Amino acid sequence: MLQSGLKRQQQKFTWLLLTPGILVIVIFTSLPAFTTLSYSFFHWTGFVRGDWAGIENFQRLFTFPFRAQFLSALRHNTLVFIGIFIIQTSGGILLAYSLYQLRRGQRFFRTVAFFPVIFSLVIVGYMWQSLLNPFNGPINVIISKLGIDSGGLLWLGETKTALPTMVFINLWRWVGFPTIIFLAGLNAINAEYLEAARIDGASDFQIFRKIMFPLLAPSMTIVSVLTFIGAFEWFDLPFILGGSNGNPEGAADTLALMFYRLSFGSADSIANEVGVGSALGVVIFVIVGVGATLGAKMLRSREVES
Amino acid sequence: MKFFMTKNIFRSILIINVLTVLLPIFFLFNSALRETNDFARNPLVLARHPYWQNFTDVWADGSFAIYLKNSIIVTGGSLLLILIFSIGAGFVLGRYTFKGQNLIIGFILTGMLIPAKLAILPLFIQLKWMHLLNSHIGLILVYTAGALPAAIFIMSGFFRALPLDLDNAARIDGASEGQLLRKVLVPLVKPGLAIIAIYSAIPIWNDFFLPLVFLQDPSKKTIMQGLTAFFGEYQSQWGALFAGLTMAALPLIVLYLLLSEQFIKGLTAGAVKG
Repeated sequence: MLQSGLKRQQQKFTWLLLTPGILVIVIFTSLPAFTTLSYSFFHWTGFVRGDWAGIENFQRLFTFPFRAQFLSALRHNTLVFIGIFIIQTSGGILLAYSLYQLRRGQRFFRTVAFFPVIFSLVIVGYMWQSLLNPFNGPINVIISKLGIDSGGLLWLGETKTALPTMVFINLWRWVGFPTIIFLAGLNAINAEYLEAARIDGASDFQIFRKIMFPLLAPSMTIVSVLTFIGAFEWFDLPFILGGSNGNPEGAADTLALMFYRLSFGSADSIANEVGVGSALGVVIFVIVGVGATLGAKMLRSREVES
Repeated sequence: MKFFMTKNIFRSILIINVLTVLLPIFFLFNSALRETNDFARNPLVLARHPYWQNFTDVWADGSFAIYLKNSIIVTGGSLLLILIFSIGAGFVLGRYTFKGQNLIIGFILTGMLIPAKLAILPLFIQLKWMHLLNSHIGLILVYTAGALPAAIFIMSGFFRALPLDLDNAARIDGASEGQLLRKVLVPLVKPGLAIIAIYSAIPIWNDFFLPLVFLQDPSKKTIMQGLTAFFGEYQSQWGALFAGLTMAALPLIVLYLLLSEQFIKGLTAGAVKG
């Protein structure tokens, strides 16, 4: 009797406590996500839905005038992924390993390394824009004081350097994140393995390469997948530094910026293309979903238990 | 000898990292305390005589205080909902067994995968239809929905880790399920709540994208969104610009200095057990 009373109370409680949260997720995440897909199959005038369009929006995305924009943005996202992946992963491993080697003061260095991660990208973007200001920005001032002709380096204002500069700013803001993940991975390695290798006469470098690095594979999987998702949804930094057109001259355009322009209009025209925008949204979702899933699968298969 | 050499290399790497991280931030603070013309002459001079007027100028503008208030409302409101809902759902999923439980867990895991940014168009139209565009409530609900799946997932882990004897003891003492949750279990999952609070509140405080799309009314804008308007308005008034950036950055910097360990745990929470 007591038992069934408790059961009934629990049942009532279960749905009472679950429903509000689930409802909010359904209404404000799941529903819109599904609707995005349906939007891409309709004609649109502004924000008003027209008749069925079949795959026309997708076809338009891949033909003139959107095709060139799409391919250029896709290329930038790919380059950004490669750039961020190389410098942030190796930077993160280097910092994590340096922290790991430290017996004292680790906490201080770790706290500082993670510090930029808490900054809003708005603040990070504007701070670096000022630092890199071609006329009186400290970076160019220092460069010319060192006796090197900075030639009025434009950094973010030059098509060749804009994207790499943004990747560097991204590194400044994010590198603490993989650092912490890799440090956790290093700390999880069984000390007996390292001790055994040391007794066998292995050098620090050999120990790192043959034992630690392979055992870091789970951390590597997490970092790679998150980097991939971040790079193909890259929006905040290029938007703050180059506006919705991915300036200078579209040199920093990304898929997410293009998606934003198609959805809400750009700086020079408020006309939008909700249908093509939704199609692009679906394409980005597929790229990120497929890429992250396949990547995770591939990387996970080479993980070993530590 | 060689041993000390390698140790020093790693120490140097860390020291270089400290400089790379702190110098730009120091430059920001220092420039915020300099008069605009003085800064324009030479950006690389210490602010020996702090020019506090930059801050009072920015504050006197008035919009900054409004942005700040709005950000507190939006972040605080979202945080409150996220904590309440994730305590409830986390408790049920972590400590009860019931029909359909795996279905709900599966649903929540999928929810973690959906990027809110790509659902922005339907969300925009839906909020317009619900009369929640240009409203803090609309924004709060969207943020809550975005952070909840991970928050529920993390909380259910914390609830599951507590010994079941606690529940039985409390029930024998005559506690109802509600009392069990409020009086016995919630105090024990406080570390989890701290993680969730940081995990969800920091990205919300820092976000400018959703306000950019959902809030047009200047009196509703949040601090990071407002900063973009501010940056256009004060284009060449360096002193005021840096003061504005400093003021926007300061709240989180202070919190980080006090709670750095919790920040690191909280912000990496989604990644470590993924």
